[in-house]
Amino acid sequence: MTSFTLDDLRELLGSIAGVDESTDLSGDIADVPLADLGYDSLAMLELAGHVQRRYGVPIPDEAVERMTTPRSTVDYINAQFATVG
Amino acid sequence: MSASDADVGAVVTGIGVTAPTGIGIHAHWQSVLDGKTGIGRITRFDPESYPVRYAGQVPGFAARERVPGRLIPQTDHWTHLALAAADDALGDAGVDPAGLPEYEMAVVTSSSSGGTEFGQHEMERLYRNGPSWVGAYQSIAWFYAATTGQVSIRHGMRGPCGVICAEQAGGLDALGQARRLARSGYRLVVSGGTDASLCPYGLTAQLATGRLSTVDDPTLAYLPFDAGASGYLPGEGGAILIVENGRHARERGAGEGYGSILGYAAGFDPPPGSGRPPALRRTITAALADARLAPDDVDVVFADAAGCPDLDAAESAAITAVFGRRGVPVTAPKTLTGRLYGGGAPLDVATALLAVRDGVVPHTVGVTRPDPDLDLVLGEPRELPLRRALVLARGHGGFTAAMVVGTSRRR
Repeated sequence: MTSFTLDDLRELLGSIAGVDESTDLSGDIADVPLADLGYDSLAMLELAGHVQRRYGVPIPDEAVERMTTPRSTVDYINAQFATVG
Repeated sequence: MSASDADVGAVVTGIGVTAPTGIGIHAHWQSVLDGKTGIGRITRFDPESYPVRYAGQVPGFAARERVPGRLIPQTDHWTHLALAAADDALGDAGVDPAGLPEYEMAVVTSSSSGGTEFGQHEMERLYRNGPSWVGAYQSIAWFYAATTGQVSIRHGMRGPCGVICAEQAGGLDALGQARRLARSGYRLVVSGGTDASLCPYGLTAQLATGRLSTVDDPTLAYLPFDAGASGYLPGEGGAILIVENGRHARERGAGEGYGSILGYAAGFDPPPGSGRPPALRRTITAALADARLAPDDVDVVFADAAGCPDLDAAESAAITAVFGRRGVPVTAPKTLTGRLYGGGAPLDVATALLAVRDGVVPHTVGVTRPDPDLDLVLGEPRELPLRRALVLARGHGGFTAAMVVGTSRRR
């Protein structure tokens, strides 16, 4: 089964939504609210689209509400991997 | 608006330029005085199969050096150019927005095409791969107000914000609105504008007007007021200006800055075939009346300079009707950039303020057979004591605007 890691998330966020000068994504960010890292709901919709295309798993728009921190985002995406096998 | 706010008026205290003539005031002004063109073969895409292959492009602009990392993938090239110019303009004005009340700062820019390059990219993904491939940022990046919004968010400016879409006239309309806000007590307005539509979709949309020159020589394609005028070339970029309430500017020691916005008026052309004259003459007259100035008080006219014989003749007639035959020096430094639409008039206003500052009228490059009714400044810059400049702009569809800038001191 594929798994999605915090590093995968770091890489995706940086490439699709960019990184603020004041934000250090390489640190201990797992439980920092994504909004505090500078990623709004639009950034998360963009992320959802990329994950769907790259991994072929469905990420419905409503899921964005559950993706509030890097940890909850990684957990959600991995749960979706599990549903599609 | 209190009488005192209206009397102190609106002053321009900062200028940021991202234009084919260069990035920054110094590079731009030096290019203008040297008559150094920013027009060349289009490199942002391969223009070989298009009837127009030349345009003014901003040289050496690297978004990753000038735009916050997180904003680059979210915004179009046109907004990148404006964000960089806004940073420069605020720096030039010596303003730290973080230290000012957020509701007393406003943002009003002009935009005529929105984010066409970004939009084209997403449209390509749509028809090649399907709807799920269209990025979420398309929802904001194409939008005419994206530049205003991003500048507002970036600098924490929560006063009245807006965008004006009136093609080339929009830049003067935006500055006119900035002046109105500054006079009604808002401390500072980030205004002006940029445009950037040098992608296949953007160029194709411009071709639809039939006014682009298809002459296949960058030195001969855009010759406003010349017997050989054949249309104009497009360009990208523009200028962002910091417009301040004069009293606030004085209180913080910025004084008169580059000068004041002394008068402004907008008009709209009658429909084609109506037999009524275009709006330009009465718009000029209205702008002078708004400035409480007579034609003699204007020392130079920065022409709209469409480069199309019919529009040039109409502009020449309007200028001549107000100022007399060869009654005022006229120039069109946009021959070095092409027409920049939403960015064109702000760049002209910036250039006009620099001209007044330095007492020199930049020349119009390329024209060799000028309209005999105009005192078109040709060949080299003309040194003159300048107090006030009139900037004209007309936008496709009938938009017309005129603005008087310069020193508020009377003779």
